[in-house]
Amino acid sequence: MTTEASQHPLELTNDFAPGETNFIKVDNFKFFYGKKEALHGINLEIPSRKVTAFIGPSGCGKSTLLRNFNRMNELIPGVRHEGDITIHGTSIYDPSVEIIALRRRIGMVFQKSNPFPMSIFENIVYPLRIAGQNTRSVLEETVERCLRSAALWDEVKDRLHDSALGLSGGQMQRLCIARAVASRPEILLMDEPCSALDPIATAKVEELIIELKKDFTIVIVTHNMQQASRVSELTAFFYLGNLVEFDNTRKIFTNPSMKQTEEYITGRFG
Amino acid sequence: MTNTASHSDKNFFSADGKGTSVFRLFRNRFLTGLCIALSLLTLVPLFSIVILVIQNGFPLLSANLFTQLPPAPGMDGGGFGNAILGTLVMVGISLVFSVPLGILAAIFVNEYAPVSWLASAVRFVAKLLTGIPSIICGVFAFAAVVMTTHKFSALAGGIALAILILPTILLTAEQALLGVPYAFREASFGVGATPFQTIWRIVLPEAMPAIMTGVMLAVARAAGETAPVLFTALFSQNWIKGIMEPTASLSVLIYNFASLPYAYHIKLAWSASLVLVALVTLSNILAQVIFAPKHR
Repeated sequence: MTTEASQHPLELTNDFAPGETNFIKVDNFKFFYGKKEALHGINLEIPSRKVTAFIGPSGCGKSTLLRNFNRMNELIPGVRHEGDITIHGTSIYDPSVEIIALRRRIGMVFQKSNPFPMSIFENIVYPLRIAGQNTRSVLEETVERCLRSAALWDEVKDRLHDSALGLSGGQMQRLCIARAVASRPEILLMDEPCSALDPIATAKVEELIIELKKDFTIVIVTHNMQQASRVSELTAFFYLGNLVEFDNTRKIFTNPSMKQTEEYITGRFG
Repeated sequence: MTNTASHSDKNFFSADGKGTSVFRLFRNRFLTGLCIALSLLTLVPLFSIVILVIQNGFPLLSANLFTQLPPAPGMDGGGFGNAILGTLVMVGISLVFSVPLGILAAIFVNEYAPVSWLASAVRFVAKLLTGIPSIICGVFAFAAVVMTTHKFSALAGGIALAILILPTILLTAEQALLGVPYAFREASFGVGATPFQTIWRIVLPEAMPAIMTGVMLAVARAAGETAPVLFTALFSQNWIKGIMEPTASLSVLIYNFASLPYAYHIKLAWSASLVLVALVTLSNILAQVIFAPKHR
């Protein structure tokens, strides 16, 4: 199933990716939930400081792959993998890799916003506090930096110590983005970050994603094809646990190489 | 068709007598009424007890009851300050053992190894233990503590109560942890928290109100039980001097005094019942206030 496109991503990404072209490298990666094989040998290279979108019908494995980048899938009992994922040249499965450190360098934003039942302030400084950072000035500085980068500062600066659960849905999701960038990660993983938001909140988050790619390598899973075309530079299309096509977003949406991709994008299946 | 005729003199939506609609309406009302009546019926025993206890316990109620020792048989006056203190001490001892053990076991069962054989074994044993008659806890503590220390003591009573309430605390704490949304754990792990940090900073605070509800249920149970303390702490006419002494408790005092042929002692037993009910209610309300969720 894996196509030429995914076997030679360097060739395809070279002309528009001046940064590190194989920042995240997925090498013949298979993933199993118990006996069920959810990913059948994925090969993929994701460049740094770009937005890469994963698209495909439900159950195609796009979220599974995303959740392997920070090894969140290992929280589920009975999973195993074959193959390898390297980030910046280091295997994330290397015994020397501390899973805690890995997750600090890879921020994650979930489908449903999940702020802690604490104040806005405490939500953002949580990644710092668990790392032992309790210096007031550092925490305050981080809160402002993160809220500004999540385009939320002006809306909440006067109620930082109010409960985060009093925010609107869109604000909560931007708060989660602010929290995800608090530990200064290099990568941001977004698992359908807008699927529970209304169109206005979605537009704000999308603007934010485009803004954030200056500083982060972003991988976003989305069911919204327009969203993928609006925010991403590269798009990977998954189907039934295979990577069908991986290419420049413009090409995927205007002139895909694979028939399956075209059918999915035009809404003929999925 | 008589449809048009019936429409004109009847509400369009009223039962028209066709099919079973009248019967269905009647059955619906009857069953709703039955449910309300039976719900009220369950309140009868509770209110009867409370009213009876207040009626009989109130006349003797005074500050003396809390500060004085029980009178000798046949004598009037005095109170049961030592029994109140004894009950508080023994419930306290039982909580010292059962709360950390129960909550930590619940954390293991729910957070660390939910699908392990050990977790299944712990759950199974806890459920079995909830059904163990309280007198068995007393017999066990008698054999394990009283026989080995050669003394009836508050410690033995406290341990008997701890065994009695441990499964309640464990099972309610497990349910409380289960009620914390998985999304909170995911968010915490996602920013690089360890399981310990996730549990300590996120899961436990969120589960605390529900855990405390379980603890308060346990307190109510422990404070009211007679059988486990009957032959472990025994009883005492005097103030408690240490946890290795025979100790008075409200429940045993009620049991002892109610069977005495002296009118004053029987009145004291009624007042002790009232104080016991009030103590349990008060501690329940206190716990609700202290552990109410803050961020909602």
